[in-house]
Formats: sequence, structure tokens, C-alpha cells
Amino acid sequence: MTIGPVVGAGFGRVTVVRVAIILVLLAAWEALARSGLLFRDVVPTLSAIARAFVTLLLQPDFYTNLGWTVGEIALALLVGGVSGLLVGLLLGGSRLLGRAFEPYLYYLGPTPKIIFFPVMIMWFGVGPTSKVALGALSCFFPIALSTAAGMRQIDAVLIRVGRSFRATTSEMVTKIYLPAMREPIVNGVRLGLGVAMIATLLAETKLSNRGIGYLIIQAYSTFDMPRMYAVLIALFALAIAANALIGRFSAYRASRFR
Amino acid sequence: MSVATRMAPATLGLGTLVVVGAALEALIRGGAINRYIVPLPSQVLLAFERIVVEENVVHRFLLTTAETLVAGALITIVGVALGLLLNRVHLLRAACETWVAAFASAPIVLMYPLFLVIFGRSAVTIVMMGFVAALPPVILKTLEGLAATRSVLVNVGRSFNLTPAQMFWKIMLPAALPTMFVGLRLGLIFAMINIVGVEFLINFGGLGQLINELAERYDLPGTYAAIGFVVLVSVLFFYVTERIERWLRPA
Repeated sequence: MTIGPVVGAGFGRVTVVRVAIILVLLAAWEALARSGLLFRDVVPTLSAIARAFVTLLLQPDFYTNLGWTVGEIALALLVGGVSGLLVGLLLGGSRLLGRAFEPYLYYLGPTPKIIFFPVMIMWFGVGPTSKVALGALSCFFPIALSTAAGMRQIDAVLIRVGRSFRATTSEMVTKIYLPAMREPIVNGVRLGLGVAMIATLLAETKLSNRGIGYLIIQAYSTFDMPRMYAVLIALFALAIAANALIGRFSAYRASRFR
Repeated sequence: MSVATRMAPATLGLGTLVVVGAALEALIRGGAINRYIVPLPSQVLLAFERIVVEENVVHRFLLTTAETLVAGALITIVGVALGLLLNRVHLLRAACETWVAAFASAPIVLMYPLFLVIFGRSAVTIVMMGFVAALPPVILKTLEGLAATRSVLVNVGRSFNLTPAQMFWKIMLPAALPTMFVGLRLGLIFAMINIVGVEFLINFGGLGQLINELAERYDLPGTYAAIGFVVLVSVLFFYVTERIERWLRPA
């Protein structure tokens, strides 16, 4: 059973249902906000949230903090990604090393990384570096595991072709291994981006004076609920867009090289 | 394959851990690494006993486990019900499935300050956070499992003139159960990660709070030992759920 035929046959109906669901949810929200059932401002009116959202987008401060967060996440992805890639190549390339160390990565991967934040603060201080370090630690695991798994899936014929051309190790990595592992690596980066984003932002909410996480916790501290909703909406939209962008990129690359 | 060859990877892995630990111990004792930043591994090992005896670790472990199980029960009830609903009403599925997938990729745990405002600094906030963050994989995997039921099984059910309820209980559910359990396992792991994380962030509850407290007291060996304990618990949790999943999955 696929959703394809339903979407194809009734695209108009699907849009109507989507619009109806959104309208019902918005109406329910507004009714709850005006009902007085919850403390004032816990569920602000839609107009208050919209005003806060527009104000947020007009403030240069938002873009400065967004820049800090994006920079931290990008650096975390770079550090964690490169080290994950190298470790993944090493573990995927050697049967002995893979069997010796991969179980550790496999079981350490799903542990909550935010608990390492106190250690990161002790090692790297309270500035952005500790957030980058936590993000890098988080994205290291999925990228290393995907790369190692991808390396083992490479068609043996490709490796034999490389060897028969007497390719050096660096040539083997750049001409055979990496191009053949594009898909698992992109998947690993996609997973890594998600966890690096969460770790960096959570660390910002715990101890920071800049970044989107800081804006969220600042709105909480001053009980400025419309602003908190506005920051969360902006953040969710950006996170979903970033994920979709990587998904599109991998689909496009895959179709080009097929 | 000889026993020595079979044991070589495990020995190498464990041996490397021991060597790294011993090297750290020597470097810290030699003053090459500041012991006020990285405590002695021997002190960390000794601190395990201290945190178990003095910091009420067993109680905290049970509290975190209970929160995870409550969140797990909630995701099972709500997630499976929503999965069933979306599977039954095709139009709703076509409209909402991409939303659920997008929700799964959103950093939901960042909503914890919002939950703090709504539910207060309590176990309810922690459980609800675990529940909301873990819900999307359960819905998606329930849908996937139900949709992938082999048509020959459905046809057998039809040929026996089964009622819709019989069709669900005798055919659809047993066929979808292995995939649904993959979702439930993912959900439980997400719930546990988020619950420990939120406990740490809001300094309330079980194991997550213990790490925060020890770090705030600047009890370095204790903090490292507590982190090690949480990592061990997570690994154990992951391993046990993985074994159950393998047991459930048909060969």
C-alpha cells in the first residue's frame, strides 16, 4: 500500500484536508488562549505570537545569535564529520579493527551526549568552543558508523580495479572508496547534522550568552512566552529546511550519478 | 577459526581501553595533564562505589527507568493508535505523513522550556518531553509495518470472510508487529535519551540530575563516574531492547 495513488488521484483533496487540519488546530489554539483555562500567556493568542515572530525577524540581534549557532553547528559538523570519516574508513577497511572497536561506537552512539557537557566545559571553557565540542562528539558516532558500514558495502570489483591500476592509498580513498560510499556518507552527515544541532542548541540553553538556545532560555527566564514560541517556530522551520535540503541534495546527486 | 583468532578483536578492544586508561593515569600523575580538569582514572573507578552508596544511585536509576517506562507506555498507546488511524484513513495519511516525518527531524527537545512553563519543574515535564520527542518514530514504523502486510495474507483473511476486527487482530497486527517493535524500540531509546537530558538540563529527577549536581559541586571523579554510570545504563538498555527486537523478528 503506498500513498502515491492517493496523492496522485486526490491532490486537491489532500490540500483541502491539510488546510482544514491547520485551520482546526489554529482555531483550537485561539480558543484555548482566550478560554482562561491555562495561566495567562502560557498559550498566547495567535496575534501575539505573530507579532513576536515579526518583531524577532526584524531584530538584528536574532541574526547575530543565529549566526553564532549556525557557525557552532557547522564547525561541530566539520570536526565531528572529518574525524568520524577517518575513523569510519579505518574501521571499515580493517576487519580486525572493525570488530575490535565498532561495537564500542555502536553502543556508545545512542547515549545522551548532553551529559558530557560538564566535561566539555572543564576542557574547553564556557564559550562557544564547548558547544562545538559537544556537537562534534554527537555527530562523530553516526558519521563514523555509516562510513564504516558503507566501506564494507563497496563492490569488491571496484577495489580490485583500483589495485590492478596500482592506485596508492590516497588514490584508493579519493577515487574508489569515497565516490562508492557517497550515499552512506550523506546519510551519516544527515543524521550527524540532526544530533549536532540538538547537542549544540541544548548546550546553549544550559550555559551560554549567545545563540538561538540562549534566546530560548532568555525568553523563558523573562517569561516572554510569545517570543519563546516565535524563536521555537523559527528554529523548527530552519531545522526542517536544513534536513530537507540535505535530503534533496543526496537525491539529486544519486539521480545524477545513476 | 581458532579461539585465539576469535578472541583477538575483543582482546584488542579491551586491551586498548586498559592501555589508554593506564597512559592517562601516568600522564596525570606526571603532571602532563591537569588533574583538576581530568581526574585520575583510578579515582573515577573508586568514585563509582561512592556515588552508589552516598548519592542514592539505585533510587535515581529506578526513577529514570520509571519515567522512561511511563513515556514508553504513552508512546505505545498514542503512537500505535495514531499509526492505525493514519493507516485506516488514506486521505489523512496522504495529508499528514510528511508532517510526522518532518516532526521527527525537528529538534523537539528544545521545547523543554515551554514544557517547564506548562507543567512546572516536575516529573510530568520530563515524561512529557520524552513522550513528545519519541512519538514520531512509533507512528512512522506502525504505518510502515501495517502498510507492508503481504497481500497474500490479506487475501487469505478475505477468503475466510473475516470481520474488520478479526482481520486486524489475526492478520494485520501479527504481520506488522516486528516493524512496530522497531519503532517502539527507537521510541524508547529516544525517550530515555531525552529524559536523562532534560533531567540534567532542569536539574530535577534521577540520573541526569546527579551529573548536574556533582558537576556543580566540582566533584570531578564523581562527575566522571556518574557519566560512566549513565553511559553503562544506556548501553545496557540499548542492548536489552536490541535482544528483544531480534527475538521478535522472524528468522
